Amino acid sequence: MNWQLPLMLAQTNDSNLENLRERTEAISMQGTTVPDSSLIREGTSNPFVTEYWFPTQASSFAGEVDFLYMSIFWISLVFFVAIIGAMVYFCVKYRRKDGVIAPEPSSSHNTAIEILWSVLPSIILVWIFYVGAETWFEMRIPKENAEEIQVTAKQFGWLFTYEDGDQTNELHLVRDKPVRLIMQSEDVLHSFFVAAFRQKMDIVPGRYTYAYFEPIKDGVYRLSCNEYCGTGHSKMKTACIVHTSEEDRKNNTKWIEAEKTPFENGQRIYQIHCSGCHKVDGQAATGPALNLIWGTNEKMIDGTTELVNEDYVLDSIWYPEKHIVEGYGPVSKMNSFKGILDQKDVDYVIAYLKELKSSTGDAK
Amino acid sequence: MVDSSTRQKLFGTPETNFLNCSKGWKSWAFTLDHKRIGIMYLIGVTVALFLAGVFALVLRSHLFTFDSTMLSDDMYNQMFTLHGAVMVFSFIIPSIPAALGNIVLPMMLGAKDVAFPRMNLASFYLWIIGTGCLLLAILSGKGLDTGWTFYTPYSIDTNTGVIYATFGAFILGFSSIFTGLNFLVTVNTMRSKDQGWFKLPLFVWSLYATAIIQVLATPVLGITLLMLIAEKTLHIGIFDPKYGGDPVLFQHFFWFYSHPAVYIMILPAMGVISELISVYSQKRIFGYSFIAFSSVAIALLGFLVWGHHMFTSGQSLVVTLIFSAITFTVAIPSAVKVFNWLATLYKGSILLNTPMCYALSFIFLFGIGGLTGLFLGALSTDIHLHDTYFVVAHFHFVMVGGTLTALLGGVFHWWPKIWGRMYNDFLGRVGCFLVFSGFNLTFFPQFVMGSRGMPRRYASYDPEFQIFHQLSTVGAFVLGIGILLSFVVLVYAALRGPRCSSNPFRAASLEWQSSSPPDFHNFLQTPVLTDPYDFESQVYDEELDTYIPREFANPDKVAPRKEPVHH
Repeated sequence: MNWQLPLMLAQTNDSNLENLRERTEAISMQGTTVPDSSLIREGTSNPFVTEYWFPTQASSFAGEVDFLYMSIFWISLVFFVAIIGAMVYFCVKYRRKDGVIAPEPSSSHNTAIEILWSVLPSIILVWIFYVGAETWFEMRIPKENAEEIQVTAKQFGWLFTYEDGDQTNELHLVRDKPVRLIMQSEDVLHSFFVAAFRQKMDIVPGRYTYAYFEPIKDGVYRLSCNEYCGTGHSKMKTACIVHTSEEDRKNNTKWIEAEKTPFENGQRIYQIHCSGCHKVDGQAATGPALNLIWGTNEKMIDGTTELVNEDYVLDSIWYPEKHIVEGYGPVSKMNSFKGILDQKDVDYVIAYLKELKSSTGDAK
Repeated sequence: MVDSSTRQKLFGTPETNFLNCSKGWKSWAFTLDHKRIGIMYLIGVTVALFLAGVFALVLRSHLFTFDSTMLSDDMYNQMFTLHGAVMVFSFIIPSIPAALGNIVLPMMLGAKDVAFPRMNLASFYLWIIGTGCLLLAILSGKGLDTGWTFYTPYSIDTNTGVIYATFGAFILGFSSIFTGLNFLVTVNTMRSKDQGWFKLPLFVWSLYATAIIQVLATPVLGITLLMLIAEKTLHIGIFDPKYGGDPVLFQHFFWFYSHPAVYIMILPAMGVISELISVYSQKRIFGYSFIAFSSVAIALLGFLVWGHHMFTSGQSLVVTLIFSAITFTVAIPSAVKVFNWLATLYKGSILLNTPMCYALSFIFLFGIGGLTGLFLGALSTDIHLHDTYFVVAHFHFVMVGGTLTALLGGVFHWWPKIWGRMYNDFLGRVGCFLVFSGFNLTFFPQFVMGSRGMPRRYASYDPEFQIFHQLSTVGAFVLGIGILLSFVVLVYAALRGPRCSSNPFRAASLEWQSSSPPDFHNFLQTPVLTDPYDFESQVYDEELDTYIPREFANPDKVAPRKEPVHH
């Protein structure tokens, strides 16, 4: 059958994977490159096993989801082969020969068989519904002792706030520790999706939504926005890192502002708040790149030019509609960060921009 | 019994027919003839198909590599939005009912026209205006980047041409309602004398069920889109939390129409397939009443399952559970139809010509589309698969593998009736093979991607999905070539094909009792009411090289009727 072709070619895919991964494995918004642990699975090209269809099972209910998927897969396969088998067999056996129209007499109605093929699938469907609902309750009902993490989604980035007040833009979790994500959106619909956890929940502006799960395997997984949210939707990805212990996580995420330089603080603010739309490698994204702009004269959409100085940066962060750089907008517009970033934060960002300019500028 | 000259007059190649009875563009633009309106609709939806198909090929080309820069992110978003919006609102929804149904339905009832011919023409002009408004979103230079679903609050935030597009969809809704209302009244009031409900072809049943949905569900879409326009311009506070509204409410309203709309797309397709399978097996359709009632059951149950598009939206858990349960009930009538078609093939006299090849492709593709629906109806698996490529593949298997395949099959089946000319069957089958294999190559890899977590509507993606995207892109072009070839075969047949007789396929429904092409009034004489699935009622006439009802045949040349087998 012709659909075997992609499956066969998929085999070669696994060997190419390393190659491809080296080219881009950046799933982190911080610009760091991390391989997705869910890809490091038994490389298989056999479509009849779970590993072919799914990433690693990294949450407590992932196995159950996969079990139901594979059950439906086999049920469907049996029905499909039976239906298509019968169809092909009939077409061959009863094919009209020499243009002679002489169908054998046969029944056109049989209540018993019609009731049978209505009722039998119904029973299977009830089973599928039941198993699906059972696992789904686990996915939608919180576990006791779950740690609470606040998730703030916005175009086009993520912010995670932990119980101790730490903030990151990659999700850091601890293995075997259930979590309760309390999610809100600053602008439009988004959706939290980690394929390795089999968990997905929309993030709806104007209300809280929740996602519950327990990571059972440490590693780095891809976290993506799964509800279309605008220009940078496909870039709204970050990493979800599952640590082996609480200490391990603490060491990775701890941030004490006073101990850091203004540049480092500015860099962190950039990573959390700006990196969804602005890049620092000179590439234009949803917004202009930030690495070389300090001290330059930027051309605005209305034809004027503006010098990028302290005032300009402050305006751009607090009142972004004031200066729109030529070539950007009006489709993708920036939201104001007034109330989110205070004067001190803006100072850090300015320090960061100055440093970026002098370091990358020198390199050139 | 009638004499030879009358037979010639009724079933021979006519000198005047609905195509040449009047000339000039006005005779088409202001025609009230359902057949001409149907043909104009067919041309219209073909243009929409090509336009949206080109969008599809552009975005599939963009996705050929994972970090493609062929389109900007904004352009990509516009492409998939326009592809979806034009395909759904301008192509699939009107395709079978308004184009094929318009031509065939009144003739299947032995009627001269639909109940409201002026309304029928108005429906077509509304289609043009609606599609024009939809395309105004592009022509205005603003584009459209919301996805065909217009989800709030993004559709309220964005500066693209949402108002043009939603207004276009609103008008297209009226076009659809006009067609539906017309068909309801026509079927209720204009059936032949003694043509009871159970003597109707199943295509008529499916169009009737479709019309119920069109009339009942479409107004909800209209109101929703008007409210969206009001929210966008006046900031009333219905859908946007910024003004105190609720975005999930929009999803409920939207899917309250758009789920039943899925059945607007697939029910007529199922009707076409019931006709094709039966005619090309020369066998009474198996389980007539089960198929007929399953159409109605699907239409009614289809109103109760919209929430299964929203399992991850934040709607209440109880509601989600109920929607999942009801969703599974829709699977039964669909499965019943497939089993009935198979049983019809059993011991038939199967002719594997172009329309039948499409009908068999339909069973294959709709089978996959239907079965993969089980993964999405079940709650736990849907949470993982929701809004991934699995969903994309699933609904394309149903809409393209189902509706488009059935449309092509139906067009090939009724083409000789419409134009009085025959197509090249070999090239038709080559086209069908290309459509079938290209389609599978396009969408099968997407099931794998979806299960592995590839979200839909992504302009760039992770490198490990690249091979699947490449297969998909190659498949899309094969599919495109297949459709193009079918198009060429059909157009060539209509213009230059060899003349064909009034009933070359020995079909028994009433439209085949007219000449090919039919007369302006459809029938020169009231057709004899025959059972649409009793093929013994049609006998071969050597003089005319066609099948005609037994009542009109020369009894000396026709073998006596075999006793019908009763069970």
